[in-house]
Amino acid sequence: MKTFLTTTALIALAMPAMAEIKLGASISATGPAAFLGDPELKTLEMLVEDLNAKGGINGEEVTLIAYDDNGDPNKARTFATRLVEDDEVVAIIGGTTTGTTMSILAVAEDAEIPFISLAGAIDIIDPVKPYTFKTPHTDRMACQKIFEDMQKAGITKIGMISGTDGFGASMQAQCKTVAPDYAIEIVADETYDPKDADMTAQLTKIKGTEGVQAILNPGFGQGPSIVTRNYKQLAIELPFYQSHGVASDGFIELAGTEAAEGVRLPGTALLVAGLLAADDPQKPVVDAYKAMFEEKTGTPVGTFGGYAHDAFLIMTDAITRAGSAEPAAIRDAIEATSGLAGTTGVYTFTPEDHLGLDLTAFRMLEIQGGKWTLVQ
Amino acid sequence: MRLTPKSVTLLALVVLIALSPIFFPSGFYYRIGALIFVNALAVTGIVILTGWAGQISLGHAGFAGIGAYACALAPVHWGIHPALAVVLGAAISAVLAWLVGRPILRLKGYYLAVASLGMGILISMVLNNERELTRGPDGIDVAELGLRGVLKDAGLDLSNGQFWYFFCGIVLILGAWLALNLRDSATGRALRALHGSEVAAKTVGMDVARLKLQAFVISAVYASVAGSLLALQNKFITPDVAGFMHSVEMVTMAVLGGVGSVAGAIFGAAVLTLLPQVLTVFAEYEQLVLGAVMVLVMIFLREGVVPSILRKIRGRGE
Repeated sequence: MKTFLTTTALIALAMPAMAEIKLGASISATGPAAFLGDPELKTLEMLVEDLNAKGGINGEEVTLIAYDDNGDPNKARTFATRLVEDDEVVAIIGGTTTGTTMSILAVAEDAEIPFISLAGAIDIIDPVKPYTFKTPHTDRMACQKIFEDMQKAGITKIGMISGTDGFGASMQAQCKTVAPDYAIEIVADETYDPKDADMTAQLTKIKGTEGVQAILNPGFGQGPSIVTRNYKQLAIELPFYQSHGVASDGFIELAGTEAAEGVRLPGTALLVAGLLAADDPQKPVVDAYKAMFEEKTGTPVGTFGGYAHDAFLIMTDAITRAGSAEPAAIRDAIEATSGLAGTTGVYTFTPEDHLGLDLTAFRMLEIQGGKWTLVQ
Repeated sequence: MRLTPKSVTLLALVVLIALSPIFFPSGFYYRIGALIFVNALAVTGIVILTGWAGQISLGHAGFAGIGAYACALAPVHWGIHPALAVVLGAAISAVLAWLVGRPILRLKGYYLAVASLGMGILISMVLNNERELTRGPDGIDVAELGLRGVLKDAGLDLSNGQFWYFFCGIVLILGAWLALNLRDSATGRALRALHGSEVAAKTVGMDVARLKLQAFVISAVYASVAGSLLALQNKFITPDVAGFMHSVEMVTMAVLGGVGSVAGAIFGAAVLTLLPQVLTVFAEYEQLVLGAVMVLVMIFLREGVVPSILRKIRGRGE
């Protein structure tokens, strides 16, 4: 017994000496944003396990300390404080929603800890803050990608029907800002509450507006599926664009194969992994993540888990290159990331750009026969 | 001199707030402390309303929302100092509580619960939807209070966490002191009398409607100040602060600790703020544990934890 105790004591003493890199995460794994946060957390846990099995970073084991903030910004701030002050992590990944991200951001910037956000809003990295980066493309880029496609089709007058939730409202505003750059005029601008069960009234109004050539639906969750079904019910023949907010198989299921036919939206390479060209720079990483995630969880891979994958990839790549787990060194290495292929796009950060993606990160997709296809 | 329960509560609170930091292993605990104090302040308001006047509000988070957004908006739009914005928020909350409470509290029964529920949801909707002003569900930045800088210049250099810990602690002590004074005043006695029996209180000539309205307005101010403190220390606020769940949380804290006692309010706030932090390891079971704790308290400690335990101790002593 005594020997046993001595041995345990020795092991306990030896523990802190073992090199270890502590990464923190505050993710909304439950609560209203759980459909985003759940795959994000699963992805991070899976990747950490995999990395340690392969020997960690520069021979050092990575420990992930993850908290579930329920999508509550106040809790996110508390957990961020805990990660920084109590757990003493070297970097933070997380902030599933824009609200939680803004809370974590304040703490991370204060403590000078590098932070990679998984939320969409452009405010997170514009203006650039020294320690904050993010992996998802912005709403503005989604608008630009859609308008680019419309411009090719010669569309100049569109109607918009947007959700009043954070995502829908933010994208609605961004689209209005960039529309003139593509010589597109928004002639009808309607909104709906995300909990509404029917949007035929708004769609009828847009349909009746003179000169409308296409309709765009910035939205998130179930709203866009209902809009898509109503679109079919009203037999509207105009080209129909959805946002990257519904770029998942769940959307096709909810809207129904028939109603979703012909819907176009900007999505990531991850969604059309099987259709990527063999020489596509994103193909190896997309295929690897998809295979690993689907084997591990038994659920189809999605864009949101991909954001977490990319954040982790950028982080580990930076720590490897920095050769040190000092927060300042990690920050500098993240900012020097160049041409790193993730599932969302190919990242190149600069001191002026903490998003690191351009429009090529989006692929224009069209739903045909209940399947995603690439628009050439 | 014999210590009154009032001075015992206050003294215990002062000692607890002043001495706890000695045992803090890291700066994170200051943040938790500050959150407990903010919640406890709001719950003290609930004690006045529910514990003493016997009225239930399910929309108190709405007042917290007003207090919080007053601090976010007034400095930007009207150039008001954030400290004055706290007062402005409290004033708006008081006026709103008066407007809502005046017609409703003339009625007997729990109509206030329904009216305040509607009011809370309306405030939450306004904060979510008036994007031009509140910037919607993504939240809005809140100006720096500036007091920490003043203290630093005066030679007292506190970390952000420490500053808010002590600042919220002092506000809570003030709030508890005011509430306890109110309890022993004529108004407080009248409130508790009307809680005991509205008919009896009316018979002896009390203006029942007016007393209930006073309690509602005072408790709205408590919630509003708590909302302001939360916004100022987070320097960022989203409409979640005014959400229905936040209202329910406040009532739950009050009921858990003991809805008739200020010490109970602080205890309830402390437990329900700490529990999620303790339970992070079993995050999936957090709701289960919370629910179980509530059920057990309701069955075995019906008056709430603090009053029930105090009664047991006193019962044995006498």
